[in-house]
Amino acid sequence: MFYGLTLLEKTWYSIVIDEKEKGEDMSGIVIENVCKTFQTKDGTVQALNHVNLSIESGDIYGIIGMSGAGKSTLVRCMNFLEEPSEGKVLIDGKALGDLTKKELRSQREDIGMIFQHFNLLMQKSVLENVCFPLYIQGKKKAEAHKRAAELLEIVGLGDKQNSYPAQLSGGQKQRVAIARALASDPKILLCDEATSALDPQTTASILELLQDINKRFGITIVIITHQMSVVREICTHVAIMKEGVVEEQGLVSEIFSNPKSAVAKDLIRKDTGSDVEKKKSNTQDRIRSGEIIRIVFSENSAFEPVIANLILTFHEPVNILKADTKNVGGVAKGEMILEFAKGSTNVEAMKAFLKERGLAIGEASEYVE
Amino acid sequence: MWSETVIKMIITGIGESLYMTLGSSLIGYLFGVPMGVCLAVTDKDGLRPNAPVYKVLDVIANIVRSIPFLILLILIIPFTRLVVGKSYGPTAAIVPLTLAAIPFIARMVESSLKEVDKGVIEAARSMGASDFRIITKVLLVEARTSLINGATIAVGTILGYSAMAGCVGAGGLGDIAIRYGYHRWQADIMIVTVILLILLMQLFQVVGTVVANKLDKRK
Repeated sequence: MFYGLTLLEKTWYSIVIDEKEKGEDMSGIVIENVCKTFQTKDGTVQALNHVNLSIESGDIYGIIGMSGAGKSTLVRCMNFLEEPSEGKVLIDGKALGDLTKKELRSQREDIGMIFQHFNLLMQKSVLENVCFPLYIQGKKKAEAHKRAAELLEIVGLGDKQNSYPAQLSGGQKQRVAIARALASDPKILLCDEATSALDPQTTASILELLQDINKRFGITIVIITHQMSVVREICTHVAIMKEGVVEEQGLVSEIFSNPKSAVAKDLIRKDTGSDVEKKKSNTQDRIRSGEIIRIVFSENSAFEPVIANLILTFHEPVNILKADTKNVGGVAKGEMILEFAKGSTNVEAMKAFLKERGLAIGEASEYVE
Repeated sequence: MWSETVIKMIITGIGESLYMTLGSSLIGYLFGVPMGVCLAVTDKDGLRPNAPVYKVLDVIANIVRSIPFLILLILIIPFTRLVVGKSYGPTAAIVPLTLAAIPFIARMVESSLKEVDKGVIEAARSMGASDFRIITKVLLVEARTSLINGATIAVGTILGYSAMAGCVGAGGLGDIAIRYGYHRWQADIMIVTVILLILLMQLFQVVGTVVANKLDKRK
């Protein structure tokens, strides 16, 4: 049910995006031909090499790559914490490079940012941390406190107002950072490795919160990560970076099912689906006597609890020996190895049942534990 | 020997020592904090790197700090006269004490501010904070514990300097120790003043540590 909804929403997003691409809509983030070089003791380092990206408003846009790929530099170009050496950064059609210092500061209020190490004020209470951007906007103390309390409620920390960051867990600190980033009512939220310092369970809950924020407030989210699982969980679009170059970009669902560049293939292959939530199939106590088949979930698969329906229809037990499926944009992808009951007479009918539902069926001869 | 006059003199000495130490610490911080902030902000990886400004402040701090305090005390007597009208007494001693304290305090402040996590500064910039706001609301706040610990060291050092100022008739416990202990060979009075100086130092240290811990929210 939940996945079904997400699927619908993803479809809705792509429709919206298609319409926008036809029109001359200027909203969102446009990176035009951006280069960034750093001078170090060992010479010049090219962190970004002619990067072009277009992020539509409302997207959850993942930028993925190994460390040193330039993704953190790229995200800092989006709020000019790093000034590009070449090229343009446009936010809602406005070039950041053309702004005065003061204009740039007020533009930054429209772009929230969260970080890997949270970067909270350690000497200030949780409430005062969230108030910080409000004071920048010139809000009075009472007004700021009221708004900050609301924001803490949204991120689920309503009871921690008077705590200090040192008393919170990593996940709670990131929630405070998210509340702080949302305080100035930004249109864009930049996340720089926001879940990299968190454990899988906490990562999942932070991602859920980000997705919720994206839906509730329509905030464009840019996520920098080295974890493919993060992209898979919540992103609508992805750009894959290597050595300062964007190797591939597009819809997450398309890149997952049909990666073109070597980096993309490599990242998807390495993605075991275990980074976000550990799900391990218990294959120990099983009877291996019936016929074993492999079923493959592809983009054609209908959304339906196939295995459960199979069992209900045929009133026969089915043993799942291995399941390696991933949730890509609300659709299950991957494979499962099934074992039918010993001496079953319905095997062919059951295979037909699965085929009807768009699943490919193959031999599981190479399946050896 | 422990006549009323001696006891009175020692009590006055304690007062003068406190007056010189706290007076010059206060004025020293008035000038030392801005100088320290400038040093931290204009350094290579500071908020607004500015090599010429940094270099000038750096050289000034080094010159003043490399002159031994006793020499500085004598060297600037004309300046002291210009400021307070005389060259002896506790008020006059505050001039060289402050002058010696400023670069010392500036260095303390500089190193405290440089300890502040770069990530927090970056976060403040990403929220649209101006450099001035970052200095007053991020750097000085986050470095609070370190600044107070630095102040404890600075006040202790100035207390030591104030005793040295006794050489030129500054008054205070140091003056008493030098006059009675060195010029008159009255070791007992000298020992009493030394014990009192130790107690003062302990007092500053305890107050500093308690305040620093109380205000540290990192636990």
